[in-house]
Amino acid sequence: MPLALQLADVSRSFGRVHAVSSVSLAIEPGSATALMGPNGAGKTTLLKLCATLLTPSAGKIEVDGIDAARDGGAVRARIAVLGHDSSLYGDLTATENLTFTTRLHGIDGSADRVRGALDRVGLRTVGRRPVRTFSRGMQQRCAIARVLLQQPRLLLLDEPATGLDLAARGMLHELIAELRQKGTTILLTTHDIDESLAICDSAVLMARGRIRWQGSIRTEMRSDLEARLRAIAEEIR
Amino acid sequence: MSREGTQSDNIAAAAVAISMLVALYFVLIAVPNDAYQGPVQRIFYIHLSMWLPTFAAFGIVGVSSMLFLWRRDRRWDHLATSSAELGLLFCTLGLATGCIWAKPIWGTWWTWDPRLTLTLVLWMIYAAYLLLRSLATNPDQGAVLAAILGVSGVVDLYLVNRAVYWWRGIHPAVVVNKGGGSGLQDPMMRITLGLCMLAFFLLFSWLLRLRVRTARIEDDIDRLRHEVLSAV
Amino acid sequence: MLAILWKDLLVELRTKETLASLFLLGTLLLLVLSFAFDPSHPLHEASAPGVLWVAIIFSGTIGINRTLLRERENDCFAGLLLAPIDRGTLFLAKAAVNFILLTVSEMFLVPLFIFFFNLPFLATIARLILIVPLTTLGFAAIATLFSAVSLQTRAREIMLPLLMLPLATPLFLAAVQTTTALLSATPLDQVSHWFKLTVTFDVLFLVVGWLTFEYAVAE
Repeated sequence: MPLALQLADVSRSFGRVHAVSSVSLAIEPGSATALMGPNGAGKTTLLKLCATLLTPSAGKIEVDGIDAARDGGAVRARIAVLGHDSSLYGDLTATENLTFTTRLHGIDGSADRVRGALDRVGLRTVGRRPVRTFSRGMQQRCAIARVLLQQPRLLLLDEPATGLDLAARGMLHELIAELRQKGTTILLTTHDIDESLAICDSAVLMARGRIRWQGSIRTEMRSDLEARLRAIAEEIR
Repeated sequence: MSREGTQSDNIAAAAVAISMLVALYFVLIAVPNDAYQGPVQRIFYIHLSMWLPTFAAFGIVGVSSMLFLWRRDRRWDHLATSSAELGLLFCTLGLATGCIWAKPIWGTWWTWDPRLTLTLVLWMIYAAYLLLRSLATNPDQGAVLAAILGVSGVVDLYLVNRAVYWWRGIHPAVVVNKGGGSGLQDPMMRITLGLCMLAFFLLFSWLLRLRVRTARIEDDIDRLRHEVLSAV
Repeated sequence: MLAILWKDLLVELRTKETLASLFLLGTLLLLVLSFAFDPSHPLHEASAPGVLWVAIIFSGTIGINRTLLRERENDCFAGLLLAPIDRGTLFLAKAAVNFILLTVSEMFLVPLFIFFFNLPFLATIARLILIVPLTTLGFAAIATLFSAVSLQTRAREIMLPLLMLPLATPLFLAAVQTTTALLSATPLDQVSHWFKLTVTFDVLFLVVGWLTFEYAVAE
């Protein structure tokens, strides 16, 4: 079975800034990996590269064995992204936003399914309200509902818990657990060590665009992980 | 820089200098006054000589933009930028000399002669190209965006040409036809024109070469600087 | 692709923002330009085609920027970029939306134009029915491509017209010339060369846009 995600010597620069330098990763299907490191380490850039939102300056990216450069569309059909911005159209209702996504991705967007997804995130009653009127937590929950509908094989999350209330955060963790059970691979960036330990079974530590450490993690390793992160932060100062 | 490189540079520079001097001599001294237009007509030779560099530059911008988008080799981008800058320069000079010539001869600064109009549109595209590069939020992306403009410009050029000519075709010519570069009876005048065009084209090529080299060096310096600063 | 069309039109229907600005701006320009040319002067009638197209093109330029700008809110554009379609198709969808929006606004502007310039209503509509959509198509294509380009610059509002208008010269000239001829009841075959030019322009920029859109929206 092909690796869920494989990066071979991937680099990406913006002008003269090398956001990502020679990164190689091999991520097994069904695993959950945390991408950690100080600000400016290149985590978000790496995530965007995996999502085909950016193209690498060098190197190859493969999702489920598909070359992202060759067949971006096929890669995008297998992934979903949950980021800072909800990517929801403020003037449309939650239902309409979700229906749009299903149509865009060519997946089953029947009214029942959409309603079901909204129900699961607790937004059934506000399904007909424009997203503009939602709080950030509600918007993120709507985005979660969207991921539920997409049922991706690879889920990319960019500091998803930022600004979420406890209820929404719980929902997010539930979603991740549920998807993992179905075999989805998870890759998330986070600053929160506890979150990464709770959700993920391996971690990749980055700084200045390069990988400093990667390996599997368990709750017992908390202080160890913390120390590593601190060391990296010191190193680049 | 190798010694051979410097030597070929010197030869090129010398060739340009000599041809310019010869051309200027002809334009200013050797060629007789035009019977009707008087001494002002001399600027005409320079004016016409601006055409070839302007359009050659535009073609270069178009082709190198296309190649840059396709191959992403920065050298094509250097060529495109340099060509655009010089193209703008020669285009401006062409328009300016044209106006200077037109005023005493035709009595107007500007006419909507198809060639002039085409050149003006070209000028705007050049200017937009350079402005786009400088205003882009990300310089690398700016090069790509400008390349899109470059490609669009060159494929559009034929259409602009047709449109502008048809436009003026319907209306009666406001002024006597400029003579399209011919209408110069005296062989001496034709020689002068030829020399002038050659001289300015050599000048353009030489400047282009220098400018491309400068762009490449700037790029290298930039890259080195960042490599040094970000070495951890 | 249809999905995008559906969504964009739905958003538009909700807010009517772009349509309103297109129409109002166009009307404003018609008004101002009418002031510029004294109505009693014979020049007024001769200027009619020019006035119409200036109004359409300038209001269109400003209005189209809006459709792409709206995608930037909440980074909705990322949503589009994550769709399993290629960038070329995305371009065509966006261009189609812009085309529809422009056409709808023209459906209001052209009658207004006829009204201001005292032209025979049905006859004018019949004469212009071909050239207006053809020109609008090319305009939508070039505007969609370059609004994506100008979004990545620091002076967005200025960049779009600056980039587009010199390139759109053939389109504009063709439109005005054809309109002038058609309004004075010139037979179609005399202006066929302009039609061919417009169609060539349309095809050309739909292709260029389709090929280069991915570079225009990349980061």
